[in-house]
Amino acid sequence: MPGLATQVECYSVVIAIGGIPVRVNTTDADFLEMLQERYAGFLSAEARAEFDFDVDLVPPAFANPDADVSVTHRSGRWFMERGDFRAEWEPAARRGSIRQSANPYSIDAVLRIVHTLVLARQGGFLLHSASAIRNGKALLFAGVSGAGKTTISRLAPVDATLLTDEISYVRKVGEDYVACGTPFTGELAKLGENTSAPVAALYLLAQGPENRIDPVAVADAGRELLANMLFFAEDQELVHWAFQAACDFVHRVPVYRLTFMPDARVWQMIG
Amino acid sequence: MNKKIYVARSPRIAARMLGEEMLVMSGQGSTLFTLNPTATILWQAADGATSLDEIVERRICSEFEVKPEEAMRDAEALAEDLAKHGILLISEQPIAGPDSPVQEQQQP
Repeated sequence: MPGLATQVECYSVVIAIGGIPVRVNTTDADFLEMLQERYAGFLSAEARAEFDFDVDLVPPAFANPDADVSVTHRSGRWFMERGDFRAEWEPAARRGSIRQSANPYSIDAVLRIVHTLVLARQGGFLLHSASAIRNGKALLFAGVSGAGKTTISRLAPVDATLLTDEISYVRKVGEDYVACGTPFTGELAKLGENTSAPVAALYLLAQGPENRIDPVAVADAGRELLANMLFFAEDQELVHWAFQAACDFVHRVPVYRLTFMPDARVWQMIG
Repeated sequence: MNKKIYVARSPRIAARMLGEEMLVMSGQGSTLFTLNPTATILWQAADGATSLDEIVERRICSEFEVKPEEAMRDAEALAEDLAKHGILLISEQPIAGPDSPVQEQQQP
């Protein structure tokens, strides 16, 4: 007699970015393997996780990759949606679900959003910036696409540890800030190192005919930091946290404008 | 006789003085504004209980060399502009604080 229920194998992987372990559960062994490859270096062997996400894989459908992300908050739940995924997350229950096809980009976007929301409450943020550790200190290089994040990462000397060439992860620890490596890559397509260091400076990138460093007035620093922060939800509380986080950061961390030529000598000035 | 106008800072925004500049971020659309010195004075004095003409007389005329009538006209225009962006609340009655129900802005 056939059984009344079919046992479905469930696979899990814990992805720890910025020291926050998130367990992803799937019934698809191939998808699990893809996650293990995609987030190599950021996998945790610990059973403990801050949050669990169940992934429900659906057949791929046409999705506009440039579509805007929608992130809304209702009744204690976050709802995240883009053309290629739909996700829900209930922080109090520490659980969420993601409906997507078997691709790495959708879950990557969900993880970025979730980390943005988690960090915001703690005074931290994700930033469009490259970051690297040198001499025990983390340096951030912020700028829009084309400003030189990948170039400055490529020019980094061998004694620098690349944290990311695209999205920096900034945590507030006490009154100070720590930058952590991320698997969120840009053109360099190289995962950052899963390590961290205190933030020593933020450089706002500009490419020019010479290498030079100029101080930035605190209000300009605040404006530019806000312009480069990853920000998804138009939630009043979240806007307040992000704003305060940016203001606190520029009061605490020196911010400079770094004009540079594509030449490794720039690192002699900043290292 | 002109009616009194009361102004209050909107509870739906975040604001902070950075250096010499007042930065204000609206929750609606995550829009960032930088207030000029006059708008900063008006913003800081907008407690919902002090009328706009009192703010102009005590804070703006004392700070800038400007005639009271001219300063009042400019302040009204400025307050309306800030209200349109959701930064200030305007009312013909004193406006309750954030712990009490806030009366939404009434456009004059």
